[in-house]
Amino acid sequence: MEDLWREDDTTPGAIEAALRRMFVERHKEERAYVPARVMNMVVIADREFRGEVENRLQRVGRFHPSRLLLVLVDPGRTRLAASVRIGTVDAPKSGSISVGRERVSLLVGEKHLKKLDTILDPLVVTDLATMVWSPHGYPEAVDELRQLAQIALLDSQDEQDVERALARADSLSHDTYVVDLAWLRSTPWRERIAAAFDSPRRRPDLKAISAVTVRHREDSLASGVLFCGWLASRLGWEPGALSQGRGKWTGSAHTRRQDIRLTLEPVEMSSPGLAGVTIEMASGQTVSLDRSPGGLRASRRERDGTERAWTVMGASRGEGGILGEGVRQALLRDPTYRPALKSAEAMVV
Amino acid sequence: MAVDVKPDPQSIGENPLIEGLERLPVPATTLTIFGATGDLAHRKLLPALYNLAHEGALPERFNLIGISRREMPDDEFRELARNAIVKYSRRETDPTVLEGLLGRVRYVGFSFDDVASYAKLKKVIEELDEEGGGKLNRAFYLSTAPEFFPVIVGALKEADLNYDADVDVRCIIEKPFGTDLESAVELQAVVEHVFRENQVYRIDHYLGKETVQNVMAFRFANFMFEPVWNRNYIENIQITAAEDIGIGTRAGYYDQAGALRDLVQNHMLQLLTLVCMEPPASFEADKVRDEKVKVLQSITPPTPEEVRECTVRAQYTAGDEGGEDVGGYLQEEGVPDDSRTETYAAIKLEVHNWRWAGVPIYLRTGKRLTRKVTEIAVQLKPVPHLAFQSHGSVGVQPNQLVLTMQPNEGVSLSLGAKIPGSSMRIRPVNMEFLYGSAFMSQSPEAYERLIMDAMRGEATLFTRNDEVIAQWSIIDPILKAWAADDEPLHTYESGTAGPKAADELIAPHKWRGL
Repeated sequence: MEDLWREDDTTPGAIEAALRRMFVERHKEERAYVPARVMNMVVIADREFRGEVENRLQRVGRFHPSRLLLVLVDPGRTRLAASVRIGTVDAPKSGSISVGRERVSLLVGEKHLKKLDTILDPLVVTDLATMVWSPHGYPEAVDELRQLAQIALLDSQDEQDVERALARADSLSHDTYVVDLAWLRSTPWRERIAAAFDSPRRRPDLKAISAVTVRHREDSLASGVLFCGWLASRLGWEPGALSQGRGKWTGSAHTRRQDIRLTLEPVEMSSPGLAGVTIEMASGQTVSLDRSPGGLRASRRERDGTERAWTVMGASRGEGGILGEGVRQALLRDPTYRPALKSAEAMVV
Repeated sequence: MAVDVKPDPQSIGENPLIEGLERLPVPATTLTIFGATGDLAHRKLLPALYNLAHEGALPERFNLIGISRREMPDDEFRELARNAIVKYSRRETDPTVLEGLLGRVRYVGFSFDDVASYAKLKKVIEELDEEGGGKLNRAFYLSTAPEFFPVIVGALKEADLNYDADVDVRCIIEKPFGTDLESAVELQAVVEHVFRENQVYRIDHYLGKETVQNVMAFRFANFMFEPVWNRNYIENIQITAAEDIGIGTRAGYYDQAGALRDLVQNHMLQLLTLVCMEPPASFEADKVRDEKVKVLQSITPPTPEEVRECTVRAQYTAGDEGGEDVGGYLQEEGVPDDSRTETYAAIKLEVHNWRWAGVPIYLRTGKRLTRKVTEIAVQLKPVPHLAFQSHGSVGVQPNQLVLTMQPNEGVSLSLGAKIPGSSMRIRPVNMEFLYGSAFMSQSPEAYERLIMDAMRGEATLFTRNDEVIAQWSIIDPILKAWAADDEPLHTYESGTAGPKAADELIAPHKWRGL
């Protein structure tokens, strides 16, 4: 069930007044209606990508933002047009609340992007965190929102040049909390590598790591570099520059005691992200994780050459799940991303 | 005495890789469920394990051993487990993850009191250790009828399964921990003969619920309530756990337990401790539990004479449930005609300390009441002077803060507000916060959290020995006085708010409407 308001040649004030009016009406009609109050999400995209953006957001499921402000760029447009939809996801059930969602679609021209903060400011729910996501460019529009938004959602993988991608994330992180989908794609790998070295018997091996190989989909180099940056920042390695040759990136990180060889290899795979990780110790031990049905295939080679393999269970989240996780992470704080990003930047200089 | 457990692994240095991770590593574990073909295992434990596997939250090496009396091959138990998971999982199952989990499942059938058969269990555990290339932590989950708890615990010691120098061994014990004070003390004596307290995880699954943990977040993450959270501002506290349904097919259990044992001794006293405890110095297991125990020990158990004054018990009679005619408790299948088991209990307690002295705390629970609701209502004192006229309105009412656990988790604060118009008339309005509107994420089932915590050795959400004994110390005199009392039980019609006697118990206060 959804209420709709639309107006061509409108103003932010008129849109905000319509929103207020619609809430009162909706609440009168349906006492169980409760507006969701988790976060505002501003999405900036070309008008022609509207369907794609909406499809992607639909797949984030329960992590949907409370108020979605969809800014659709219509080249050459001079007047602001808007539509507002207020509704509930599920049909109201007896004895239960109906949590509402709000979607404001704005049709803007390029000239509006320079003043996007003043257009959006009256439309965000005050005191809720605001996240901005611009999946197909328009970095200048995101820059206009640096003071309004507290969170920037980005995907470093979208930028072909990984150095530029990481530099952009770094720049945004000075004003906002950055949620990088390329980083989130590495989360299960980081969790499992942390677990592989968590037992008291294995923990000393962290100081003996001599080589790290990360296998990634060709376009997911950013996830791989961030993973290496994470290891470097957590384990106190001095990151060295990676160089590209024979289709892979290689280089090394350093500690006082040893060098750690780093290799990032592209592999064929259907979904974006990492395909595998192998960590070698100076003693000849190795720990490997690779994608497999129903989870990750783990294998460990001991000093004496014995090998064991097993499956670490877990369902794939899919790209919809990654975006949903991005929305959820917006309200949390991961203190390890920025140090990992800094180390990763040093590797791709 | 139990043998010493090995030193804390943290003493060798933190793992720098876990910083910032939401999901912390769980040590490799073989979990053995006693009572693996039972209702709890099928409805809750197996689906919880599947959901942990789905989310990648189980340890990287994990094995599950099911134990029950029936002999059956591994595959037959795997099929039972598969059916239970598909039926009761909170999310649709992923076939590859489900197969992965079932591939880790073994089954051993023997009678829990057959001490010699525990060698079979030990052999399977050792086989799994060997397959895994090293010893895994061991967790024994006692999900059986309570009379088997001491039997199993004793047999684990006999089989030398209660301790291992190389790995952690943990014992998770379902509720009820005893059926009265004496049996709880006896069970504790058996348990502490076999395990150290830090190996024991007594489950009260209420503590695993997000909304129950939110009581602590509400109190200790918000400064504004603390100044009024005491005897100077609070008139009374009402803790309600009402159900609108009858006992269903649980007559065998329920008629032995009754409302007092079923809900008050454990869940409701836990809620009381969370409302009344002092802020802990940190959220560490023993710091939190120390504060909860202090509250329980500040409640003076009632004397037999006081029980008459401070408690009400009753049974439901025929009436309505959801618009349908329903029979009374004595007409339920499996309930003896002369049963004196209470389906409703109301109790007045007082916490004798500086913060709460003189504040009555009312607990009520019942089956077949008007509505299903679990809540804590904190009634504040009235304002000292009324400056407003009251005619033409209900006037200024004391503020009431309600923490609702179910069905719609939230916090509601009643405030006096001016009714629009020319005169200064006041009526109460509610300021409401609903968790469902502020957190879109789906809460995990309580058992998912608790199983994970037990495998990680995190005991905050489990009941400590002194806590459970303190709970029984409060409830035991009531049980004894009720057992000795042969006066007719109070009754209440199904579909109503409970017996009239409960209104007398709470007077001059009034129960909050269900």
